[in-house]
Amino acid sequence: MAEHDSNSEYTVSQEQLLYAKFLEKGMIIGLVLLILTFAIYASGIIKPFIPKNEVSLYWSHTVTDYLHMANVHAGWAWLGMLGYSDFLNFIPIAILAGTTMICFLCIVPTLWRKKDKTYATFALLEAVILAVAASGILGSGGH
Amino acid sequence: MTGSGRKLSRCWIAVALLAAIAIPAVAAASEAALPGDGHAWWFWPLILLVVTFIMGIFAVLGGVGGGVLFVPIISGFFPFHLDFVRGTGLLVALAGALAAGPGLLKANLASLRLAMPVALIASTCAIAGAMLGLALPTSVVQTALGATILAICVLMLTAKKSAFPNVPEADRLSSALAICGVYYEGSSGRKIDWKVHRTPQGLALFVIIGVMAGMFGLGAGWANVPVLNLLMGAPLKISVATSKFLLSITDTSAAWIYMNQGCVLPLMVVPSLLGIMLGSFVGVWCLKIAKPTFIRWMVITILAFAGVKALTKGLGITFF
Repeated sequence: MAEHDSNSEYTVSQEQLLYAKFLEKGMIIGLVLLILTFAIYASGIIKPFIPKNEVSLYWSHTVTDYLHMANVHAGWAWLGMLGYSDFLNFIPIAILAGTTMICFLCIVPTLWRKKDKTYATFALLEAVILAVAASGILGSGGH
Repeated sequence: MTGSGRKLSRCWIAVALLAAIAIPAVAAASEAALPGDGHAWWFWPLILLVVTFIMGIFAVLGGVGGGVLFVPIISGFFPFHLDFVRGTGLLVALAGALAAGPGLLKANLASLRLAMPVALIASTCAIAGAMLGLALPTSVVQTALGATILAICVLMLTAKKSAFPNVPEADRLSSALAICGVYYEGSSGRKIDWKVHRTPQGLALFVIIGVMAGMFGLGAGWANVPVLNLLMGAPLKISVATSKFLLSITDTSAAWIYMNQGCVLPLMVVPSLLGIMLGSFVGVWCLKIAKPTFIRWMVITILAFAGVKALTKGLGITFF
């Protein structure tokens, strides 16, 4: 019997399987969109905010200088610039970075039903920590 | 020459050819990497794709994460500022962890129960580390990065691993949190019951690991595994798998900080992610025929070289 099959027989908890399921979906959606949006950006079908041949003017500077020189707003401002192909790439990146938060939220009810209140609290706390990091409350827009 | 020998030769010839193309191109292009350097827009993304592809192969063969190779090498030898390299490095490590995570969890090798308390501490500290890293002057971070990479080399050279550490008794904290499990060890056909000890000390070390992961954008598999395996006593397979899964949580928190600060340039991020992932697939294939000891030494040598480069760059010394 293959190791994977044999090992799966041993107590893979319900919440662990649920977490894995959502993680897998988020990862696949993120990666497919990443390739798709980059193809749009590279092909020039949609105009980028910063022309592709000008990006090298900025990447050797600090992020503060880049934001200032390119007149780019940091944080979640990219949501208002999705009409530009370079900012379109932020959708899959945000999906990849946001999947973990969703996974933790998804396992809270399962843990709660199992009366595993400590781990339900851990999962909820982790989702809050990631949400705070994602929110931009802790600072956005260079050094 | 045997079949596997021929395959090995072909594999190395391919890697050597790619390296032969990439290294002079990087060196030549770095010379001209001033604003308006005259290269077509796709030049640097293509170089990144090739270099990260090679990096992906070596990362798998050397048993290290992509981030720990990416940050020192790209920041040392490419024209990109450390801010963007760290942001990209975290996303590179995150993508690798996301790709591996579901399989490891389903196979019951990564333990969600072991990872969650650790992740709470490491991800919080990674946020603090990312904020600290972005607040400190670049030269200070670059110098500290160089010193850290050299320390990782020493760790890789000296740290021992234990397949099944002896844990006489679970500590009170791990008992209260029910951090334990069972897995099937394919090599021996045995069912392995595992538990951990020294949990408070292990959790305390994840404060430092989290800060370093966030500050340098390195990922932290190099530190997770020794703490989970040698200190807390989790079996090696459980430690390696849980560490990989853990990166998907720790790196996410720090990656958001870098993203919100504007440290993400798609022209850098996407080729790097694709390169590392493709390289990792090829690396897994090469793993069947490569000699791990030789590769491990090569990875340590490359890391040491990149560490010295980062250190001298941070100190403002033109060394090479």
